[in-house]
Amino acid sequence: MRKIRSHLTSLFFAVISIIYVSPIFIVLMNSFKRRTAISSEPFKLPNAESFISLGNYITGMTFGNYPFYKSVLYSFIITIASALLILICTSMCAWFIVRVDNKICKIFYYLCIFSMIVPFQMVMYTLSKTADSLSLNTPFTIPIIYLGFGAGLAVFMFVGFVKSIPLSMEESASIDGCGPMRTFFEVILPIMKPTLISVGILQIMWIWNDYLLPYLVLDIKKYRTIPIHIQYLNGSYGQTDIGAIMALIVLSIIPIIIFYFTSQKYIIKGIIAGSVKG
Amino acid sequence: MKRLLSRWFPIFFLPTALSFIIGFLYPFISGIYLSFCSFITTSDATFIGIENYKAVFSDPSFLYSFLFTIAFALVSVVLINLIAFMIAYALTSGIRGANLFRTVFFMPNLIGGIVLGYIWQLIFDGILSRYGTSISLNPTYGFWGLIILMCWQQIGYMMIIYIAGLQSVPEDIYEAARIDGAGKWQILKKVTVPMVMPSITICTFLTLTNSFKLFDQNLSLTAGQPGTVGAGGRTVYLTEMLALNIYNTFYRNNNTRGIGQAKAVIFFLIVTVIALSQLYFTRRKEVQQ
Repeated sequence: MRKIRSHLTSLFFAVISIIYVSPIFIVLMNSFKRRTAISSEPFKLPNAESFISLGNYITGMTFGNYPFYKSVLYSFIITIASALLILICTSMCAWFIVRVDNKICKIFYYLCIFSMIVPFQMVMYTLSKTADSLSLNTPFTIPIIYLGFGAGLAVFMFVGFVKSIPLSMEESASIDGCGPMRTFFEVILPIMKPTLISVGILQIMWIWNDYLLPYLVLDIKKYRTIPIHIQYLNGSYGQTDIGAIMALIVLSIIPIIIFYFTSQKYIIKGIIAGSVKG
Repeated sequence: MKRLLSRWFPIFFLPTALSFIIGFLYPFISGIYLSFCSFITTSDATFIGIENYKAVFSDPSFLYSFLFTIAFALVSVVLINLIAFMIAYALTSGIRGANLFRTVFFMPNLIGGIVLGYIWQLIFDGILSRYGTSISLNPTYGFWGLIILMCWQQIGYMMIIYIAGLQSVPEDIYEAARIDGAGKWQILKKVTVPMVMPSITICTFLTLTNSFKLFDQNLSLTAGQPGTVGAGGRTVYLTEMLALNIYNTFYRNNNTRGIGQAKAVIFFLIVTVIALSQLYFTRRKEVQQ
């Protein structure tokens, strides 16, 4: 009896799982269909008449007078550069905060926690103007903005971890003649690895999908990330080609799926580490 | 070590601190100042006292989006947490394929809000077009569309946190409860829920703040449509949430930026008050271990 019930629960979840992923498959299916067929019969499989093979993908590549590969490139550059910058700077900063522990450090730490609740709309206008005036408005300089706006969670998580590192390890390193730089990079950083991965994952998930910050900061005629590009194509700016958009949505999901299946273990750990309340 | 390290502050501390000032602190403070100004760009700001705040409270669209956001937040917080907890509870009770189901339920969370909005727009409009309507024509559909989308995206994330919480409850407490003759339902109510209260606190906090700050999904799914002409000839967008309302006040019309900034300050205060009071109330229910 118990066995049957357990099997029934599994079956129930299997059905729910299929429904749960079906939106992604519906988009995938529609990306191979003619534009007119997508809007009239979005739930039908492509047939001989509506199937256009890779047609949508080919128009999608240059659709909206902007090459899609550039969006992909900028999304990658911004995400990776920002995440690396945040990891290096905030981990160093967190170690400094915990070990030096003076008034400025304390104030800065509380400001970091405070910044986590503040909604982006509060700073969006002034932040985009500040970024413009300091010419931080390119994909190569926007990581500094991400470091500033994303510092809160990262510093908070690193500080929590550094507090658990026994001082004796650093002391023995300094007796052996290590300066702060070597102590940090050769003793502290390796111990921090799990937290580095967790923070890195959380930052990547946020920055890759972020829309409004890069949209307001970057010059979108030149630089569009994937979310900006997709939103732009759907907006009232040009003629909407729903087929091409379906193709681009599929292409934009592929890197996410690869990322998910290669680092699922770390993503789950990262989320759990990030959910430890302050 | 401490004295030696403090001399290294330009390398260890300054990069993060300076970026934090550029990316958060200065924009935040000048944002508060600008909410008392009339401005089109930051350089032509003139101080006008609390005029902007007066204008916010006489703007019907702000009040409407405030109520809409509260309704949305209440429904989505309850639904997401309830469903995520139930899934987590089922998946930790040792059913076959639990890992596979976990993988599936979490997946939508990695897709960004803009893309999610367009995926669901296709599906909702595909269904609604058979009845000659669309998600952007009826605010009731828009509301529930946003709820479904939000559930689809957030349930997996909260499920992960609940699973971790459920797995950290020591087995001997259940054992003790069973020996005392507690039934399944009693154990759930009297042992499991109190023991995972920290997870409930954090998940309610996350869903509540996420719902209040929702922007991307709102922009891509309905963009606030449909609109209706309200009191004083001003258009009220019937599925426009607070964040989108503020954004539109800024960028739909150059002359209302001061009002937009005042709305943003009020928005910030609302989010802070709600988040802190929620933390206060649920944390009181946590048991000391």
